[in-house]
Amino acid sequence: MVQVAFYAFSALTLVGALAVLLTRNVLYAAFFLLLTLFGVAGLFVLASADFLAIAQIMIYVGGVLVLVIFGIMLTHKPDLPIDINSQQPNRIASQNRVGVGAGWVIALLVAGSLFIALYTLLARANFILLSRPVGWQSTMNTIGKQLMTEYVVPFEIAGILLLAALVGATYLAAPPIKSSRNATS
Amino acid sequence: MQPVDSHLFLVVGAALFSIGLAVVLLKRHAIVVLMGIELMLNAVNINLVAFSQYDPDRLQGQMLSLFVMVVAAAESAIALAIVLQVYRHFRTAQLDELNELNY
Repeated sequence: MVQVAFYAFSALTLVGALAVLLTRNVLYAAFFLLLTLFGVAGLFVLASADFLAIAQIMIYVGGVLVLVIFGIMLTHKPDLPIDINSQQPNRIASQNRVGVGAGWVIALLVAGSLFIALYTLLARANFILLSRPVGWQSTMNTIGKQLMTEYVVPFEIAGILLLAALVGATYLAAPPIKSSRNATS
Repeated sequence: MQPVDSHLFLVVGAALFSIGLAVVLLKRHAIVVLMGIELMLNAVNINLVAFSQYDPDRLQGQMLSLFVMVVAAAESAIALAIVLQVYRHFRTAQLDELNELNY
């Protein structure tokens, strides 16, 4: 039963990630990323990390993905009407088409060889740790204690980091302030 | 219930990392490149959580992946703000067309 759930969630994760890779539409990529993030949350549950699964759904799906979709919609450029009288119709498109093929080959070479290297490494590795038995238990109690005792300094630094990111993102994304001289001209 | 073999978590993490790397290398839209970075961070989190279930007393892997999530959220907020400014300046978010330092 757990094995079936594991294979289902990993299939969800990998299919979503492959669809992000293969789709051309940016908004579809965002929705396939949603699929992947849910699959990763399910994998967290199967690795007995219940708190992290909830945090994954709340932070990624509720925060990051909404932000990404906002970004996509704010940077969307509608297709320009095709000008038939244009003298150089497909120059950039043909240049890009050559680049696309080479880019696919190089990227698949790099990523595929990385995966093959990692897979052979994992197949040969013999982790002593992974032969120990594990149990299912809630991690929420331990995480709460750890955050308030051993990891209290990183916890506070994370708070400062989030405040700095909030202020910085607001400052960066604000429209440029028009001075009165620019406004009149 | 029999727990899942942890080697499978590591294999899924490796595959997800490779796909994320391919997304970062291939895609031309800045936001999709950010999505590839998120995929790679998720792959790392899967590995950390898979090893952390053998450490139920201290849960160091889960704590580290919690902080990775926080940093990823901050990073994506800043990066999207920068993409928004770049779009306002150049009227495009395709990375190949951003080839001028001073517009």
